[in-house]
Amino acid sequence: MTTVSPGLWTLAWRRLRADRVAMASLTVVCLFLLSVVLAATGLVAADWEDEVAVNYAPPTFVGSDPALSALAQPQRPVPPNAFDPLAGDIAQLQTQLAKQGHATHLVKKTTLPFGADKWGHDVIRKTIKGGQTSIVVGLVAAFVAVALGTLFGALSGFYGGRVDDLFNWFYSVFTAIPSILMILTVAAVLQTKGVLTIVLILGLTGWTGPYRLIRAEYIKHKAREYVLAADAIGASGWRKMFVHIFPNVSHVALVQMSILVVGFIKAEVILSFLGFGVPVGVVSWGSMLNEAQNELILGKWWQLTAAATAMALLVTAFSLFADALRDALDPKLK
Amino acid sequence: MFAYILRRLWQMLPTMAGVVVLVFVLFNWVGGDPSYLLAGKMADARAIANIRAQLGLDDPWYVQLGIFVRQIATFDFGNAWATGEPVSHIIASRLGPSLTVLVPLTVLETTIGIALALAIAFVRGSLTDRLVMVACTVGMSISILVYIIVFQYGLAYKLGLFPVQGWGEHFTENLLRYATLPILIGLAVSLAPTLRLFRSFVLDEVGQDYVRTARAKGLPERRIVWVHVLRNAAIPIITYVMANLPALLIGAFLLERFFGIPGIGREVILAVERSDFPVIKAITVYVAFATMVFNLLADLMYQAVDPRVQLT
Repeated sequence: MTTVSPGLWTLAWRRLRADRVAMASLTVVCLFLLSVVLAATGLVAADWEDEVAVNYAPPTFVGSDPALSALAQPQRPVPPNAFDPLAGDIAQLQTQLAKQGHATHLVKKTTLPFGADKWGHDVIRKTIKGGQTSIVVGLVAAFVAVALGTLFGALSGFYGGRVDDLFNWFYSVFTAIPSILMILTVAAVLQTKGVLTIVLILGLTGWTGPYRLIRAEYIKHKAREYVLAADAIGASGWRKMFVHIFPNVSHVALVQMSILVVGFIKAEVILSFLGFGVPVGVVSWGSMLNEAQNELILGKWWQLTAAATAMALLVTAFSLFADALRDALDPKLK
Repeated sequence: MFAYILRRLWQMLPTMAGVVVLVFVLFNWVGGDPSYLLAGKMADARAIANIRAQLGLDDPWYVQLGIFVRQIATFDFGNAWATGEPVSHIIASRLGPSLTVLVPLTVLETTIGIALALAIAFVRGSLTDRLVMVACTVGMSISILVYIIVFQYGLAYKLGLFPVQGWGEHFTENLLRYATLPILIGLAVSLAPTLRLFRSFVLDEVGQDYVRTARAKGLPERRIVWVHVLRNAAIPIITYVMANLPALLIGAFLLERFFGIPGIGREVILAVERSDFPVIKAITVYVAFATMVFNLLADLMYQAVDPRVQLT
């Protein structure tokens, strides 16, 4: 009977399974990811832009605001006026809209489970939709940053010499500029707003952390026997770097990515809040906080609470999971 | 020592050159043509050609790079595009308000962070330790925006304990009246990550042999932690604090923006909003240079704190 000794990933998974905090935070993260997938496929919150309630409708547990309830009454259609030259057109438009299913005289709700924003959008659906933007930006940007860091780190660590000098120079230049200043500078230069722009800004400025660690791993691994063996059978440089060595350092890349996701979600929220992030019409947690800032003075606290709580919950769970993942994959570090 | 400083400064040159080239490339090639921005909405070809000539955009790239280097060396970046104020004057006049917030914030954050980290290290592994660490993780997860919005609304707007925003003429008035709430918020935001980091520095030292020796010769735990451990943990702490000072200058931009403090950080945000390239270029280059110099200073302070370190 032979016993197969468990590999790195199996061992790490066992350690994670034994860690209750890790499993709890992983569950929370998975729920958020599920909501992102559902929102992206349009199964959930696709109708967040419907004005389903009166402006600033309070949460149900607060009770409806009598001052706002008057707005909930369907607006009486203006009786046809013989002197209005557009009356005929308006009547035609209204029948057409009614035919297409747009109820023009919908009764708006006076309360919603977690309230409504300035335009009467459901805050819960808006938070889910906003989360989709923020989380996707965080994940994709972290992937770009880690991919760049891994590529540069691999080249630098594996080849050494001139290549190493070149990338180390890049590294020292990029780290000399504080990351937030770098992000703002690139935002100023790129001028165009959009989800892709934020991903580029964060991805292009965030590669330095992964680079340093991946480079160190490649320096350590390139002298190992399995790499010499690969060399002996005539494997090319790229093959040695990414087929032979990369699987052995991929856990470092994964841990780095989980750490970067947290930072990038926070950064996206700040950028979008300042108006350098998502364009008008796209909702993210940052743009929600921006609206909520003015709402708070009017005493409408629900949008702020919803966006802030969702973000804090996700980021807490993700940081705890990232810590647990690091401990599970690299027990020596603990 | 002198030779060491000279050599370090010499080694900085390629990095400085890299920063200059990076900023130059970003603004001259990656970014769009600034003359369209400056010409405004009713631009005709003549006006744009005129502005291009004024900005030197028709010159070959090496002439433009040369001008940029001369601007950096002479501290003369011309006037800001949006306001016409000289860029050097912008930087000089915005530095004071920024430091009024940052110096007290850094001093408080570092001392409180060290005290708490050592106190936590006393009870490492206990329930208190774990609870404080969880509280730190949760505290770090809340966006800084939420802290600012909620505290500004609650403490300043609702309760009226502090001015909602503003800035005065006199240093003491600014420090005691306008900067207090921003400093408190900055402290609330930064203490959690600082405490986590300092705790790890302290815990690295607690397992060392000299601590066991000190215990073996019967020193009280209090003395071991506050004298022996602190002196050794001070080395990474100093590096961290020093190396982060220039970044803090920009990092406080949200505080400055919300509270109307006319500092460097707020200036960067305004410049990005207005596409005021000379201001951003100047601040980016000088902050990068400052970061390098402060890194060197951190290494020099290393030796002052730890005589074992030989800088050669």
